[in-house]
Amino acid sequence: MSYARRALAVVWKDLAVERRSKETLNALVFFSLLLLFVFQFTLGGDRERLAAVLPGVLWLGFVLSALLALGRTFLVEREHDCWEGLLLAPGDKSAIYLGKLAGNLALMLVVEALVLGLFVVFFDIDLGRALPGLLVVVLLGTLGLAAVGTLFAAMTANVRARELLFPVLLLPVQVPVLLASVKATEALLLGEPLAAVAHWVKLLVAADAIYVVVSLLTFDVVLEG
Amino acid sequence: MVRALGWLAAASLAAGLVMAFAVAPREVTQGQVQRIMYVHVPLILASYLAFAVLAVASLVYLVRRDEAADRVAHASGEVGVMFVGLGIATGSIWGKPTWGTWWTWDARLTSVAILFVMYLGYLLLRGTLDDRERAARYCAVLGIVAALDIPLVHFSVYWWRTLHQPPSLMKPGGFTGSASILWPLLINLLAFVLLYAYFVARRVRLLRAEAEAAA
Repeated sequence: MSYARRALAVVWKDLAVERRSKETLNALVFFSLLLLFVFQFTLGGDRERLAAVLPGVLWLGFVLSALLALGRTFLVEREHDCWEGLLLAPGDKSAIYLGKLAGNLALMLVVEALVLGLFVVFFDIDLGRALPGLLVVVLLGTLGLAAVGTLFAAMTANVRARELLFPVLLLPVQVPVLLASVKATEALLLGEPLAAVAHWVKLLVAADAIYVVVSLLTFDVVLEG
Repeated sequence: MVRALGWLAAASLAAGLVMAFAVAPREVTQGQVQRIMYVHVPLILASYLAFAVLAVASLVYLVRRDEAADRVAHASGEVGVMFVGLGIATGSIWGKPTWGTWWTWDARLTSVAILFVMYLGYLLLRGTLDDRERAARYCAVLGIVAALDIPLVHFSVYWWRTLHQPPSLMKPGGFTGSASILWPLLINLLAFVLLYAYFVARRVRLLRAEAEAAA
């Protein structure tokens, strides 16, 4: 099997499992709905204050659901005793990483689209002209989160207290991605063009490139045993 | 050898202390409190050295699978976290009387704080892995990811917020302060680098003994 086909096999398997069990997606959709309540109760109804913190709160929503979603990346294999099967997959293990990354990215983008939709409806944000730029920023930011998240999920899959360790490892490393995403989102929602946040977009591109390349190179080492 | 390093570190720390209090001049506006710089700056710089060593040792481990490299990375991580933690604490003590606050979300403070939590996470990961070989592999990967993340953290935080005085020792154009400040600072820097080396050497020896006892 070629490299791409092996990566696709992993994506297909995960999507098939998810489609039949709907374990992760159902819970995540419900969770993002609950987040909306939490944000509303903690921030209160003051529209102006809400508008000022909205970009940060939006990304907080993305990050919290990402922590839950990404942390589960390799749990399917653990819970169903398929870890050895994954290890026995022939060829370069980075194909598995790529497949898992693609699956995570798809899952997170679905949840994020939903969160964004809920924000538009309930917090009355006017996306308007900001939408194309926002899509670019969300895509790049999510790729950064998912790239490191997928690698760290593999590292913490076999560790005690993995639910605690995963966010503790992921969040500090993701500070640049979060800062860039929140700042760019803030400017875009204020009606500025994408060109005005070019430095943040460049930082996101650089971060994504570094994370993906390092993960591809080191994934073999993580999956060794 | 290790014992000699220890004595050397102790002697230079004593010399640095004398220099900081007796040789270095009293700062005009800040007064005596400014002398904490002779501990604060060397602590932070030595922690940078520790994290650089950690990154290189991680890479060496992944390429050669040499347990000695992993032990150096492990020890450097512990000493680096302690130094950067003490650096933040001494900075706070210096900041309260001069800036009027223990902490502020200035670019460099934030960068250092992120460094602290990132490597604290590294030590946590080590602590939860019982299998020595697996701990070495995972931590090496994390060490490399963390090292490559540092420039990203630097730029993002710099653009986000830029009260800290600009760097005085390592800046473009070199040091421009007077020699009466430079020498006490350099002696203290040497002292803390030696102290780092001594701690790492002792810790590596202990880790090797532990590995031998377990084998």
